[in-house]
Amino acid sequence: MGDLTRTHVVEGSEQGFATTRFQDLLGWARKYSLFQYPFVTACCGMEFMSFASPRFDMARFGAEAPRFSPRQADLLWVVGTISQRQAPVLRRVWEQMTEPKWVLAFGTCASCGGFYDNYATVAGIDKIIPVDVYVPGCPPRPEAVIDGLLLLQDKIATGDRTPGIIKPRVDPKQGQLVTLRTPADLEESHAALEAKVKRLGG
Amino acid sequence: MSKALQQKLTARFGARILAATSQHGDEAVVVAPADWREVHLFLRDDPSSQMQMLIDLCGVDYPDREPRFEVVTHLYSLTKKHRLRVKTAVGDADGDDAVVDSLLSVWRSADWMEREAFDMFGVRFAGHPDLRRILTYPEFEGHPLRKDYPAARTQPLVPYREGAGVQGKLAPFGADEGMPFGRQTHGAPGSPEVN
Ligand code: SF4
Repeated sequence: MGDLTRTHVVEGSEQGFATTRFQDLLGWARKYSLFQYPFVTACCGMEFMSFASPRFDMARFGAEAPRFSPRQADLLWVVGTISQRQAPVLRRVWEQMTEPKWVLAFGTCASCGGFYDNYATVAGIDKIIPVDVYVPGCPPRPEAVIDGLLLLQDKIATGDRTPGIIKPRVDPKQGQLVTLRTPADLEESHAALEAKVKRLGG
Repeated sequence: MSKALQQKLTARFGARILAATSQHGDEAVVVAPADWREVHLFLRDDPSSQMQMLIDLCGVDYPDREPRFEVVTHLYSLTKKHRLRVKTAVGDADGDDAVVDSLLSVWRSADWMEREAFDMFGVRFAGHPDLRRILTYPEFEGHPLRKDYPAARTQPLVPYREGAGVQGKLAPFGADEGMPFGRQTHGAPGSPEVN
């Protein structure tokens, strides 16, 4: 229970115990037991599958079990473009979920409509249901989705219902990330290493 | 490739083939709406044509022309391996009276394509037994691919939520974030560009 900011571990007892507030305990329990309803409609679904599969592994965050009935779910993933025609379905699914419930907008389309700026598309699901975390990106990188899930877990633990957004990451400039090594470079670093070894050893 | 077919059509229908064009190896013929079904039937059944497959049927809106809409079919022969495009023009400047015979009795695949052309452009297909909207919803007004359909007009089925941050793009996004490709003109019902 080290996560809880207002938790006090009482020293001196044989078993050890902690005191906390009921709301904190509840938040802590909820954030690691998210039952999710994936509402997957478009290409972002591919990214969602990769996020759910072992490489990125959302199971690590206690958000493993998908429920295909909204009545059993408390986290709604809206993954992909929502068309006007689909909007009543999404609204109905959200209404069927039991409280407390959270919504994560996965991708630019779900967040604000993306480039589908036309008669057919809902420009952002928050036009019809409240959203807790927006993860824009077309599709978002798995890191961004993980950030989004962690942000949501923080919000759940603290009971914060204001919407949050995962800002798109800026690629580091090329060359900062990769430095090509020439043989001369290697020699140089060898020499530096040897000098260091000498200095430390000597 | 289908030049011979064009000649055959001209020989058979004469002046009823209004134009025959060839561009980049794609042959097309233009016919009057009245000849629409007959020409297609001929193209399907004639031994030199054998167009078994209706690949596509669609509408095109040319707002400056009269008749205003083109209806275009793309045909392919599985046995002869040749293609042909057939066009006709229908509809007055307001988009009314855009009627052409249905090809449903010629190819079953015309069913949904004609419904789509009806939905998007308001072209009606005489003889189609079930000419309903197919992509949009029954409550939809107008035909969205007509050039005079307002680009920013949406017709939500679910009333949009009210309150600060909902009407505009959305709460945590800045004006320059999140939607780099769009016109950013979508408003909620009641805002000026949406009626
Ligand atoms: S955000 Fe991009 S990847 Fe995701 S559903 Fe929209 S278009 Fe597809």
